[in-house]
Amino acid sequence: MKKKLTTVPFNGTEEQLRKLDELIESKRGVKGSLMSVLQGAQDIYGYLPIEVQRYIASKLDVSLSEVYGVASFYSQFTFNPKGTYSVSICLGTACYVKGSGAVLEKLKEVLGIEEGEITPDRTFSLEVTRCIGACGLAPVMIINNDVYSKMTPDEVEGIIAKYRI
Amino acid sequence: MDNTSILSTRFYGGQKRVALRNCGIIDPENIDEYIAVDGYQALAKVLTQMTPQQVVDEITKSGLRGRGGGGFPTGRKWQFAMGGEPGTQKYVVCNADEGDPGAFMDRSVLEGDPHSVIEAMAIAGYAIGASEGYIYVRAEYPVAIKRLELAIKSAREYGFLGKNIFGSGFNFDIQLRLGAGAFVCGEETALLTSIEGKRGEPRPRPPYPAVKGLFGCPTIINNVETLACVAQIINKGADWFASMGTEKSKGTKVFALGGKITNTGLIEVPMGTTLREVIYDIGGGIPGGKQFKAAQTGGPSGGCIPKEHLDAPIDYENLSAIGCIMGSGGMIVMDEDNCMVDIAKFFLGFTVDESCGKCTPCRVGTKRMLEMLDKITSGNGEMEDLKRLEELANYVKSCSLCGLGQTAPNPVLSTLRFFRDEYIAHIVEKRCPAGVCKDLLRFTIDRDKCIGCGMCSKVCPSNAIYVTDYTAPGRRKPSYAIDPEKCIKCGACRDTCKFGAIEKK
Repeated sequence: MKKKLTTVPFNGTEEQLRKLDELIESKRGVKGSLMSVLQGAQDIYGYLPIEVQRYIASKLDVSLSEVYGVASFYSQFTFNPKGTYSVSICLGTACYVKGSGAVLEKLKEVLGIEEGEITPDRTFSLEVTRCIGACGLAPVMIINNDVYSKMTPDEVEGIIAKYRI
Repeated sequence: MDNTSILSTRFYGGQKRVALRNCGIIDPENIDEYIAVDGYQALAKVLTQMTPQQVVDEITKSGLRGRGGGGFPTGRKWQFAMGGEPGTQKYVVCNADEGDPGAFMDRSVLEGDPHSVIEAMAIAGYAIGASEGYIYVRAEYPVAIKRLELAIKSAREYGFLGKNIFGSGFNFDIQLRLGAGAFVCGEETALLTSIEGKRGEPRPRPPYPAVKGLFGCPTIINNVETLACVAQIINKGADWFASMGTEKSKGTKVFALGGKITNTGLIEVPMGTTLREVIYDIGGGIPGGKQFKAAQTGGPSGGCIPKEHLDAPIDYENLSAIGCIMGSGGMIVMDEDNCMVDIAKFFLGFTVDESCGKCTPCRVGTKRMLEMLDKITSGNGEMEDLKRLEELANYVKSCSLCGLGQTAPNPVLSTLRFFRDEYIAHIVEKRCPAGVCKDLLRFTIDRDKCIGCGMCSKVCPSNAIYVTDYTAPGRRKPSYAIDPEKCIKCGACRDTCKFGAIEKK
């Protein structure tokens, strides 16, 4: 899947940079540490802007193409900032046969964005996930850390409304 | 604890818990509780009373086969990695990258009984002469990661991991590595490249990982469920394990029952249990009085088992004979409301997304197959497409580099084999028998059931519903009808109608 690059300008803080430096130092000399560094960096910044990837490449003394190659390969790494509320709907098999496709359509309609996008006010972002291993609760929707089970399209509007300020 | 009453229920009655024995019974965050149920006894026995060859022989004799999908005999795998120059760096890797959508047995073992995996890895390390182990776990399982970290820490504190374990001079330690959401990393060579911190692309075999694996060293890779059986085989003996199951598939298998079934969740049954027992006795059947259509096993790599094969005993051989695979054990039950062409399309959509792109048959072939299915489900299919689809599916199957591509056509081939009539209905009659494929749906109003209230025409977003000049006998107002040209098939009218007059076909 091709990843969309963000158009939101990068504004990292000194604090974030300090944390990133600490992270890189702690992984120095560990075999195959690039992925763990990227995972840590995503925890710090919330996403992996190209500026951060370039910084990691220079610090670890590998080429940017290698860093970008790894970052673009794994679906967990995102090049886009997430919304205050990150909405994910599971499209794993169990959820799909129980109708999560219809819930996704409704979410797109209610939020006015496509999957992988963020609302202009940066409140909501919409993601599709593959199986989160909660198949007994299918279809499952997750907003940040709240899990909503046995979802139907009719419930979408009410649940999203709870998060709107 | 008296649990006889639970064990006599239909749900538990047919089950036999080996891999899941401690899940839900012990506190997974407390190592003492694991020790209290004979935890780390097997490791002690192996290190103090057995030679590495005896350990491998015991596992071989038990008939344990890989539970991650392939079904390769575990003992043979370990045997390959033995030997070599003394002091050769070797690795034991636990594959906990449970990517198959609809399967969650590994998550359950890691969250409910993490020490059983750690103990088994140490036993494997002793058997092949490895001092380091890696557990590659999906980042999507935060609880499993937390419990594994804790379990590794407490195992180190108790001296079950680290230097000179049980005073035997054997050293072994484990590191955790997190996946980052790539399905292909469940394939063993891709998993190894991912641990090395690179793009998780598979590489050609041979050389097999047992010869040249992680960082170029001999490596064995075992799935979580496989490892969860190891300590018990050592404790209770290979004969005990081999007494369960069928001739070629020994022991038990965990399945994740999901989809259109009354009891969803994890079940563990002896190999050779029939699908009918699993679905109707343990699973409690299909809810809502609906008809069973098929059970899907093996996720995007597997196939569908239709009604005719409900009585086939489930084991590796029987499943592959009907074009299906055991896989990691996800079992999704589907009823008459599921369209099999749509399901094939769903799985192919998954593999197209998850194909790493390294080899052409998989990267391009799956995409072209998906386009053909799109054509069929949108009502533009021709009978020729079925032939082309089958031909291409067989190319992708035989020419792809790794397991992902080699098995990606399975959902298509198996639905074509057992549900060809559904494909033909889509192509010839331009109709989706299950009423799923949107482009082929037609909404019509039964003019004799319609009372003429007009609610449907009010909610219709595309003004497709109009008043006719027909009034049904005994009604006062004329009936309504739907203009198929304007209808966008949203179904709003059908949801609104209180008289069940709107049909979806």
